[in-house]
Amino acid sequence: MATVTAPTDLSKDEILRYSRHLILPEVGMEGQKKLKNAKVLMVGAGGLGAPLGLYLAASGIGRIGIVDFDVVDFTNLQRQVIHGTKDVGKKKLDSAAESMLDINPYMQVDKFDAAITSDNAFEMMRDYDMVIDGTDNFPTRYLINDACVLLKKPNVYGSIFRFEGQSTIFAYPGGPCYRCLYPEPPPPGLVPSCAEGGVLGILPGIIGLVQATEAVKLILGAGEPLVGRLMLYDALAMRFRELKLRRNPECPVCGDNPSIHELIDYHQFCGVPNPKDVEPVTEPISGYMSETEIDAVALKQRLDRGDKFQFIDVREPHEYQIASIPGAQLIPLGEVPRRVGELDPNTEVIVHCKMGGRSAKAAEFLRQSGFKSVKNMIGGILAWSDKVDPSVPKY
Amino acid sequence: MAKILIPTPLRQFTDKNDSVELAGATVAEVMAALTQKFPDLRKQLFNDEGKMRSFVNVYLNDEDIRYLQKDATAVAASDTLSIVPSIAGGSHGDGHGSH
Repeated sequence: MATVTAPTDLSKDEILRYSRHLILPEVGMEGQKKLKNAKVLMVGAGGLGAPLGLYLAASGIGRIGIVDFDVVDFTNLQRQVIHGTKDVGKKKLDSAAESMLDINPYMQVDKFDAAITSDNAFEMMRDYDMVIDGTDNFPTRYLINDACVLLKKPNVYGSIFRFEGQSTIFAYPGGPCYRCLYPEPPPPGLVPSCAEGGVLGILPGIIGLVQATEAVKLILGAGEPLVGRLMLYDALAMRFRELKLRRNPECPVCGDNPSIHELIDYHQFCGVPNPKDVEPVTEPISGYMSETEIDAVALKQRLDRGDKFQFIDVREPHEYQIASIPGAQLIPLGEVPRRVGELDPNTEVIVHCKMGGRSAKAAEFLRQSGFKSVKNMIGGILAWSDKVDPSVPKY
Repeated sequence: MAKILIPTPLRQFTDKNDSVELAGATVAEVMAALTQKFPDLRKQLFNDEGKMRSFVNVYLNDEDIRYLQKDATAVAASDTLSIVPSIAGGSHGDGHGSH
């Protein structure tokens, strides 16, 4: 895919380093030079970006751009192997670049310390031959898709959830795009995030390396690219499957008569607030309570006073085993509709979960079911650990 | 009886089953049998008008039913139907979803 501009010669040290590639006829000196001349943009230096960055650096790709604005935290280390314990608190961008240049100093890493947006996507992507999507949310995935289609750059796609992964190449000449596969994103809240749903730490390794393999194949022009095929991986069954993927002639961005010619507002498209527009979170006054919400401190005061209310934890049983708040009754969110009869609609209910998202849904459901007074606990058990009882482990 | 493969995100609605065998002559009939057996799935797969949601794809063996006869696609007992929803995970996934 990458066009070899000025053929770069390999130094003696590089020839030694890449010898196992050079003796592969499918790579050889010509292929290794293609890799060295290639320019790849990786969006995301997290679960998928970690194996991608490490292996693409090692393979000898000459220039890799990374887009990320996040900071390494302890919960990342279970899967984001490009970062180490010593990197916690550091920018992922710096930590990833350091690991990559340690593996291979004969390359250039470009760092983009920003979120990719409709305003900067073209500028970021312009210099690169292809984009690798290692992001974790729908607005960014649709943005990367549309930008790749409009700039005619292949988009090496991978995504993961719990024990399952998907990978394919979008926006390859003549091939389908992400919108051909899924014209619209799910409404917010219907699909749980990794933080709610969890993810097997090894899974992004497998999927990220499928993406890395496809990127290297595109550069070399070797083999059969994963175009028009959606690769599905199920870690529990240990099964790879492949489904046919077609370009939709009616696709609004890559179809025969496209209606989208420039980047749009992808947060609006996905029905989620743009982080840019969200009011900066101000630390609420401790002891806050309203008709519909209560914070950890106010909840503690009411528990201590022995107030009468029904206190419900809507997390899953395996989460309850990690940590719980004394006095809470476990009714997982999915069971609330079926078990609503266990609760008294005329007595106040306070619901909590891990961070406050699922409990907000439970509270809304209970209100619609005729419960007179329902409060959602702000910040969930994580806030309880922060503000009331630090001995409660965070997860 | 056709086999329906249930993806991880939806297994919470199918008593944790990863596949279900159900009878039906068309995709619509098999899907109706599926949501009858697991009513909680209905909201996940169909919108209020009863149409399949656009972020859920159904494949008959390896072929997308949108390119066959959609709901009316005939299903044989030896066929496998796959439900493949859109998933987005991949980066840090700490829930604020900004990146």
